[in-house]
Amino acid sequence: MATNFTVNGKAASTDAPPTTPLLWVIREGLKLTGTKFGCGTGLCGACMVHIDGKRAFSCQTQVSEVAGKSVTTIEGLSPDSSHPLQKAWLAEHVPQCGYCQSGQIMSAADLLSQKPKPTRDEIVEHMNTNICRCGTYQRIVRAIERAATEA
Amino acid sequence: MNRPLKHLETKVSRRQVMVGAAGLSFAIALAGRAGASVLASARTGKELSPWVSIAPDGTISIVSAATEMGQGSMTSLPLILAEELDADWSKVKIVTAPPIEAIYGNPGFQGMMYTAGSNAVTSYYTPLRIFGAQVRRVLLDNAAKTLGVPVDELTTEPSTVVHAKSGRRLSYGEIAATAQVPAQAPDIKPEQLKKTKDFRLITKDVMRVELPGKVNGTALYSIDLQVPNMLYGTVLRAPVEGSVPDKIADTEAKAIAGVVRVVRLPYGVGVLAETPWAAFDARRALTQSVTWSRTGTAWGFDSEKGIDRFAADAKNPARMSTEWSRIGDPRGAMPKAVSTMEAEYRCDYAYHAQMEPLNAIASVSPAGDAVEIWAGTQSQTTATEAPAKLLGIPKNKVKLHDMLMGGGFGRRGNRDVDFIIDAVLMSKEAGRPVKVMWTREDDIANGRFRPISAHAVKAGFDQSGKLTAWQHRIAVDRVGAYMDPVRYQMAGGKDFIAMLGADLKGYDVPHQLVEQLYRDTGVRTNPLRGISFLANRFATESFIDEIARKRGVDPLAYHLELLKGTPRAIKVVERVAQMAEWGKRREGRGLGFAYLDYSGSQVAGIAEISLNRASGEIKVHNFWCTIDCGVAVQPDNVIAQTESSIVYGLGVTLTELITIKNGVVEQSNFYDYHVPRMKDVPPMHIEVIQTDNHPTGAGQMATPLVAPAIAGAVAELTGVRLRHTPFLPERVKKALG
Repeated sequence: MATNFTVNGKAASTDAPPTTPLLWVIREGLKLTGTKFGCGTGLCGACMVHIDGKRAFSCQTQVSEVAGKSVTTIEGLSPDSSHPLQKAWLAEHVPQCGYCQSGQIMSAADLLSQKPKPTRDEIVEHMNTNICRCGTYQRIVRAIERAATEA
Repeated sequence: MNRPLKHLETKVSRRQVMVGAAGLSFAIALAGRAGASVLASARTGKELSPWVSIAPDGTISIVSAATEMGQGSMTSLPLILAEELDADWSKVKIVTAPPIEAIYGNPGFQGMMYTAGSNAVTSYYTPLRIFGAQVRRVLLDNAAKTLGVPVDELTTEPSTVVHAKSGRRLSYGEIAATAQVPAQAPDIKPEQLKKTKDFRLITKDVMRVELPGKVNGTALYSIDLQVPNMLYGTVLRAPVEGSVPDKIADTEAKAIAGVVRVVRLPYGVGVLAETPWAAFDARRALTQSVTWSRTGTAWGFDSEKGIDRFAADAKNPARMSTEWSRIGDPRGAMPKAVSTMEAEYRCDYAYHAQMEPLNAIASVSPAGDAVEIWAGTQSQTTATEAPAKLLGIPKNKVKLHDMLMGGGFGRRGNRDVDFIIDAVLMSKEAGRPVKVMWTREDDIANGRFRPISAHAVKAGFDQSGKLTAWQHRIAVDRVGAYMDPVRYQMAGGKDFIAMLGADLKGYDVPHQLVEQLYRDTGVRTNPLRGISFLANRFATESFIDEIARKRGVDPLAYHLELLKGTPRAIKVVERVAQMAEWGKRREGRGLGFAYLDYSGSQVAGIAEISLNRASGEIKVHNFWCTIDCGVAVQPDNVIAQTESSIVYGLGVTLTELITIKNGVVEQSNFYDYHVPRMKDVPPMHIEVIQTDNHPTGAGQMATPLVAPAIAGAVAELTGVRLRHTPFLPERVKKALG
């Protein structure tokens, strides 16, 4: 049975079993590979996407749960890397290996949509869901603060 | 990781050959064991893989010989060449190097293509500068001919040759359209290279070339690729290295829709499926359905008991050891000491936890006589040699696409490239391309860990209290012999990956002895960021701290006294002390200090901590660090790498622990293997001290500072010494009594 939903503003459909993690449908089915597989257990945040505007671990979301909903991935955050967070990420030279950064940016975008001017403590609290093994945390905080100022 | 410094003075001149191919291309053998046959074919232009090509439109393609795992070499190596070539950086295109060791081999690893040991910039720096200058010289000579002027009247601006007298200018692209390449490369002496003050690119911070793709999801890792007609593969691997599958009950797995086959592998059971979800579901279904032979030496091994045995052996002089290094006459000096001090330290297994679980794609040709591989690897050499050996085909029949790595940290350079072999075997079985992905659980259960080690350290003092004799006995699980038997043999059977950093480099201690007690538990091991400096400097720096405190001397002042003959060390130490306001007391806080000479890079760090005595939890409030790595090619990236090194150090110091029970890894995902999160990371204050010295690396230098600095801070605050990393709360509570 097909599941129909919207991804980055476009209609999408999959015949993957309803219990399939959304992550794999996005990555291997729709070939939107900016969303990453890190742990498969909702512990690292590399798979973070937005569902109806709120962040969600796509590895913990069954594809049946997004039927009729709107999913945004890193590829859909802006058409040309122009989101204030993407610009700030480059200005602060945040990424190292880069593998977790789509998830970090999607988490941060969720934060800024709720709280356009977060405090440092609010940033840390919100971003603690996302692991960066390269340890770019200090720069992530700076980039979020920069985006909040410049947005 | 090996003896890097000896290989730095690369003798390139005798092996030089320049070749003009289509457009204007330059190939050169940098160093290492350049094979004559490859050079001969380069002379004829056949199979030529150029380092630099200049197209008539001005585009300059420069090869990056190192692989990219987040450390930035993909940018810094071409930048070095571009500097001496005087290239317009905006016109530079970076190309990944094919696996041709004779041309691209790392001079720091005997010509093997291997990105590790924080030595890419260190090893390639001088050869790339000379080569860049040679190419520039060829362009100048051609311009002189075209313009009909003496070459010494010409200068260059970015990608342009300028004749100031006549005001005429020729772009590199214009020259390339008609230029002739000499048979012999021009002779460039090191003193003809640019002076540091004339650098336009080096030390100026350019944007790393792959960063834009890392903020919009377009950066490609091997896990992101699909190739036509591809199957998905997963592998249930033996719980203990050396075991083989016995009975495979695969009915349930095979019944899952989309599963194509279940295959017996030499070390596990593979699933081939049409979809990734089918492959993962079947892999899960197999977990309890396979029995294993009890072959392999780690069966029965228990790491908690194991480290107790290591510690007892290290302390017991009757236990046989081999001499690792010796300075002066330690065996004569120690018995003459007026007083002595002894201490013991221990380190546990730790896991790399690179964010991208291991994976690879392989496509074996129908006849089995060639293979194409897509993988993220720290070594193009091992990534092609191992599959060639497995398939019994020549290495040049292995086509490698080396992709960006979602972290490396030492996990992706092992000789047997386990994660690539999975894909090769599965593709051979399937007769189709296969993408094999490990789960996080696979990645931990089959991790190749930093080794366990126990350290017995002894210091002898003369009448005046001067530290005169030093002995460091280390019982450590073997690494080199397991992770890369080829390099281990080349290194004369010396386990550099387990032993480097155990001596007191830079310190004024006249008699020193380091001894190794070689241990083989059968557990899978690898270098891990900070490598053996992690454990060995934890022991030595902690012990120096203890000695100072026992004598009532400030530990930092004591370091300065011991380092008095090492001016570069003194500078980083004094500066970090200033930054942290070392002498200033802080209520309820402790400061601790550590210094390290890591392959020539000078680093010093200070941790500020507080302690919850009820829970045993350590909180790090600040970390200050100075680094002098010689010329910092990309200074902001050196800071980024140092931040990264400190965060990595915090993890292995405080929370990261792998335990082995009956040979099997006990941890399985990020709920029981705790890497640092944003909350765990203190403000880090880092200063790069630029010097004119040869670059000596920045990718992991600060990691080993963290454990001794935190241990020193805890000692400052409580008077109690922590001797066993990681400093888990229960261990801290026990130590506090």
